[in-house]
Formats: sequence, structure tokens, C-alpha cells
Amino acid sequence: MTFFSRLLHLDRLESEAIYILREAAAQSRNPALLFSGGKDSAVLLHLALKAFRPEKLPFPLLHVDTGHNFEGVTEFRDETAARLGERLVVADVEASIQRGSVRLASPTASRNAAQAVTLLEAIETHGFDLLLGGARRDEDKARAKERVFSHRDAFGAWNPKSQRPELWDLYNGRLQVGENFRVFPLSNWTELDIWTYIEREKIALPSLYFAHVRPVVRDGDYWRPVTSVTPAAEGQEVERRLVRFRTVGDMTCTCPIESDASDIAAIIAETRLSTLSERGATRMDDKVNEAAMERRKREGYF
Amino acid sequence: MTQAQTKLVRIVTAGSVDDGKSTLIGRILHDSKALMSDQVDALSNARYSRAEEGDLDLSFVTDGLESEREQGITIDVAYRYFATPQTSFIVIDAPGHEQYTRNMVTGASNADVAIVLVDASRLHQGALKVQTRRHATIAHLLGLKVVFAVNKMDLIHWSQKVFQEVEESLKRLSRSLGITNPAIVPINARSGDNVVAVSPAAPWYQGASLLEVLQNQGEGTDLSDLPFRFPVQRVVRVDGHKLEAQRGYAGRIASGQVSVGDEVLVGPHRRPTKISRIETFDQSLTQAEAGQSVTLYTEDEVDAARGDILTGPESSYANRVIADLCWLDDQAWDPRRRYLIQQGTAAITSRIESVLHIRDMRDLSEVRGDQALKLNDIALVQLQTQTPILADHFKDNPKTGAFILIDPETNQTAAAGMIRGVV
Ligand SMILES: Nc1nc2c(ncn2[C@@H]2O[C@H](COP(=O)(O)OP(=O)(O)O)[C@@H](O)[C@H]2O)c(=O)[nH]1
Ligand SMILES: [Mg+2]
Repeated sequence: MTFFSRLLHLDRLESEAIYILREAAAQSRNPALLFSGGKDSAVLLHLALKAFRPEKLPFPLLHVDTGHNFEGVTEFRDETAARLGERLVVADVEASIQRGSVRLASPTASRNAAQAVTLLEAIETHGFDLLLGGARRDEDKARAKERVFSHRDAFGAWNPKSQRPELWDLYNGRLQVGENFRVFPLSNWTELDIWTYIEREKIALPSLYFAHVRPVVRDGDYWRPVTSVTPAAEGQEVERRLVRFRTVGDMTCTCPIESDASDIAAIIAETRLSTLSERGATRMDDKVNEAAMERRKREGYF
Repeated sequence: MTQAQTKLVRIVTAGSVDDGKSTLIGRILHDSKALMSDQVDALSNARYSRAEEGDLDLSFVTDGLESEREQGITIDVAYRYFATPQTSFIVIDAPGHEQYTRNMVTGASNADVAIVLVDASRLHQGALKVQTRRHATIAHLLGLKVVFAVNKMDLIHWSQKVFQEVEESLKRLSRSLGITNPAIVPINARSGDNVVAVSPAAPWYQGASLLEVLQNQGEGTDLSDLPFRFPVQRVVRVDGHKLEAQRGYAGRIASGQVSVGDEVLVGPHRRPTKISRIETFDQSLTQAEAGQSVTLYTEDEVDAARGDILTGPESSYANRVIADLCWLDDQAWDPRRRYLIQQGTAAITSRIESVLHIRDMRDLSEVRGDQALKLNDIALVQLQTQTPILADHFKDNPKTGAFILIDPETNQTAAAGMIRGVV
């Protein structure tokens, strides 16, 4: 005999995420919620409020900051934390560079992969034993393999070949000293779910997610944004295009897509018709290698 | 929105290694237009692809790990999502190797339907492989609906005679497990015949395509119609206008419904109280039902804590239960050891008093007298718990009838358990 719940799709996802957030808080000593100001982390934070208000959140917000942020995102992050009266911990990749734990090939090289180092340093400094993240299984083929409660060893590494069993919704959050968990309450959400939920809940986002005119250069299939750290190369033609971001990450590896979608309804309509995956359309860090995400995660990345 | 009508169907693949499980999932997603064009491009350029020039190795849609592609096998479950206008699907691709059975159990515990695949070309006198039997057993034990797909029909030239032999074997297996009237669909996962659409390759086959079969599953039982169960996740303290702080209980309703004014029983002492308020973040509700995350307030100070369960009037607790176990840990059961039983949000010390029988996967017989439990064993055991646990039977209530055993030394999840009765 099989069983079902008659909750509607988004209600089911919301309730599941709240349940996971509460399990994560109850089963850890010192958790934190990764908050970058991107859409997934904005949804995750919104769900955390639903899970814990009227109490204060039982964890601080943590941002691993490459320092290479698009305009408005840092302000959005800070304003959001201040408005909610929640503590924000910023772990700077720049500080890891100063300490020498991150060495870059050149000063303007991408700091994206270095985030894992800074993240692990923050875990050690603050003694975090569980990090809540907004990653979704539909983003990437390595993420599709990950547990909701994803165990990381004392080096912060994910071992995809020997993950803990995860039965039903009975999450086993037990750890040995030095290990940590990454917990993903949005595991079962798709990009479309995220946008329809943002619309329903009227969740605020940085303006970058909506169509705007931006200087870009053509780079293969991408429109690469022209920024202080990613200037146009000699002879490259800079164009001003109407674009929006589908993901917001480090400036050196995140590209916008051409779009005139200036509100959530238009974004949802576009998402329904899109023939490119979210990361495929926007992330150069995943193009380096077929298993780029898996390798980063093995090193301790989100 | 059409959301109101969409039902959720969670599917897991099962069956022996190389029978075509991953290819089938890739095929379903591909033919349902659920793959993005960049993902298809990535498939056609993929290293280690087993497909011929110009073709796609569809198993790579879910075999996304480097070592999976290199070895051409599935190691752990992958979750993919797609929707048709009526149904939203979660498809879970599970590994076939015996070594990775715990990952298959993980996938199955999060599914409603199992597609058990069989390679039609690799049966000798209708004999099914051990892994086929093991996976069908696990799927049925976990309460999944079982659908069989007889794959690689191209390799036996769509012979009706061979299909019927396989069908006979699958019916025999079903009878011995207690699976009634399973759908058995002949398919070619590689080319897609009978997967999403019915194919002319087998004019003798009168049934529906595999996807239609999956989509037209009966609804099953509404969890809201079961007795009320509410495992407390955390205690919320709110300083209201009154002098004393108010305590609320945050959690997700596992089954049943609750209304303001309902009498509920708290924990194993079954202390009665009444529900005074039902709250969510931004609403006060008069009624809530299975699946909803809410905070419940009671009329009396009942002093419930995380791990307690609020139940309706029909509930019973026991110190000794009989349960089916799938042993998942590399470390075999140690009779001297205590294990934590996690049921709902409770974690209670327990021990396995005796192993009543272990299933022999070769003939599905029940072997008695063997007091060892090791990786991949499926057994019936008697458990004793330090404090009483809710004695819901898994077949009546999969939400509270399920538990896991945790080895407190290593923190590993040692077993998946399903309550079958009390002693
Ligand atoms: N001829 C034929 N080969 C198939 C069919 N389905 C899968 N295969 C092949 O069988 C092999 C094993 O498939 P895979 O999906 O990895 O099996 P799994 O271990 O059950 O996931 C691959 O080489 C597939 O291309 C089919 O219907 N016909
Ligand atoms: Mg496979």
C-alpha cells in the first residue's frame, strides 16, 4: 500500500524545508546558514524565518566573500541581515590570501575555487559543526547525488563513494569531533520552484536578477560581464546588452543571459521555456572540466 | 495554477547491475523533454561514453560521478525532477551492485514506486538473478508499489516466447513476496520502445507504456486519514502578554489531522491535553493536516520535549517490538552492543534481543537460528527499547512505523527498520 499527502506542490516543498531546517538546528551544536544574497539563499533564509520565528534564528548567517561581488549584492546581504536583526559572519577570501592559505596565480585570478579554503577556515575558527546551504540537486550532476544531510570528514571533504545511508526523512546528524555536516533543505527544489516560491512569498532579491543594461563581451556561448576584475581584452568589442543573471556568484565566473524579463512573472515565463540549464547557461567554473563541481565538493566546497 | 491537480510520484529504479536502470532513467528524461540542450551536449562529448559515434550514453544523465563514468557503473543514487501536466516526478536512479545495496535502500525509502528491471537476454531457464530478487524484496518490504520492466527486448528480437518465460518468473517471484498483479512491460531502454510511448516493435503487447503505467498508479492512502501523529522537533518559548512564558511544540504532522480543541496524548505516558492554538509563521489555523509544518500549543503545561510524539486517542507504546531490518553497516551486528533507535525525532537506546530469521536471497526462504547480522542482510528481529516507543506498524503508518538504528560508537546508520508487531 502506498501513501500520499494532499499538500500542494510548493506547500509540500516549503514544509519539507522547514522540517529539515528544524532537524538541522536540533541536531547540531553550532550551526550556521550560508547566505550570499543570491536567490537560493534568500529563499533559504525566508524558510528559516518560517521555521523559527518568533524566536531569533538559532544560527548566524555566514557569507564566504570572494570580494568579487556584483554591484548591489553586498549591500543587499548587509541590509537583509540588519533588517532581520540577525548576526552576519563574513569570511573573506582576501583574508585567506593575506594569511597565505590561498595563493592565486595572479591578483585578478578567479577566487571561486578558493572559497572552499576560506569556508573550511571559518568552520575551524568559529567551530561550526553544521552548515545550511541553498544548493539544489537539479543544479548539477554531482549535486544530484548528494544527501540532504551531507557528511564531511575532518578535512571538510565530501566522499561521494561512501555516503551515509539516508532513510526516509529520519536524518542522522551525529558527528565525531572535527567533522561537519552540510545540510540542503532545498535539495528537492527546481529552479522553477524557486521562482514560483519567490513570487508567491514576495521575497526581495538583488536587482541583478532582473533585466538591465550591462557592458558585456562575447565569449563562446556566454556574454561575459565587463567588470573591474574582468575587463575586456585588447581588441574585444564591448557591447551594451539587456541582460539578467540566473545565478549570482563570483564576478569572474558568472555570466548573465540576454533577457528582457523585468519582473518575477516574466522570469517564470522564461524559465518555463528555457532550453539551457541554470548553471550551463551562466557558470564558467563548471565548464573547466566535466567533473568540476564534484572535484570542488571533494575539496570542501559547499 | 495547475499545481492544485499535480500529484507527486517518486520512482526508484531497481534490479541487477547492467540491466539498464540508468539508461532507462536517461531515456525517460530525454523522451519527456526534461533534459536541457546543454546537458545533452555534455552527454555527447562525455568521456568514457559507451555509446557509438553520434549516439548518447543515456546512463550518464544520472551516472554523474567521475568514478561512475569511468567504471560504467552506478555507485550512489541520483535524484532528478521532471513534470508532465498531471504529475510531478522525482526519479531516483539506484545502483545494482550488491556492495551498494544500502544506497539502493536509501533511494527506495524515498520513493513510492520501484521499477524493477530485468535483462531479457540474460536469463537462463527463466532464473532471475539474486540482485533482482533482493531488490524486489526490499522494494516490497519498504511498501513500494512494484512495476517490472523486461529490458533489452531488442537483444531477443522482441520474442514473445522469451518475454512470457521472463513474465512467468516475475509472477512467481511476485507471488512469493505477496505482490499482487504487478505490471510487466517489455521495453528497450536504449531506443525507448514502450518507455514513454507504446512501440510497434511488439504488436503482441497489449498494455500501456512504462511511463503511462507509472503515471496511472492508484492514489494509495491519504496520510491525513490516518491517526494523528506529531513528533516534536523543538520546543518554542514565546513570551506573550502573560507573565509566564508560553511553550509551543514545533514539528511536522506525520499523519492525520488536528484541530483546535482536539484532545491529544503526549508521549509514552499518554498524558491528555487539548490543543489551544495551531500556528505557522504568519497564520493562526483552526485545523492542520499531514505534511504541514506547524507549531502546536496545548491548554496545559505538559512538559513535552523533542522526541515526544503527540498522538490522537488511538495509540499504543511498547518496550519490545518485532521489526524487519535491512542491515546497512559494514560492521556486522554485535549482540553486546546497544544501538540508538531513531523513530520520528526520538533517539532511544535499544538492543536486538534475537534474530528471528534472515532471508536467503537465493530462494527467498527464511533461515532461522543464525544469530549473525551482516551487511545487506534482511532479517526479522526482536528489539528491546529502554523507554517505550510508539508501536505503529509500518504497513499501517510508514511515517511512524519506520526507524533507523544508529551505532553510537561510530555514528553510522547501521540499519533501516520497520515495525511489524509487538511482543
Ligand atoms: N541492447 C540494449 N542495451 C541496453 C538496453 N538498455 C541498456 N543497455 C545497455 O546496457 C548497459 C548497462 O546499462 P546501464 O544503464 O548502465 O545499467 P544499470 O547498471 O542497470 O544502470 C549499457 O551499455 C547500456 O547501453 C537495451 O534496451 N538494449
Ligand atoms: Mg546504473
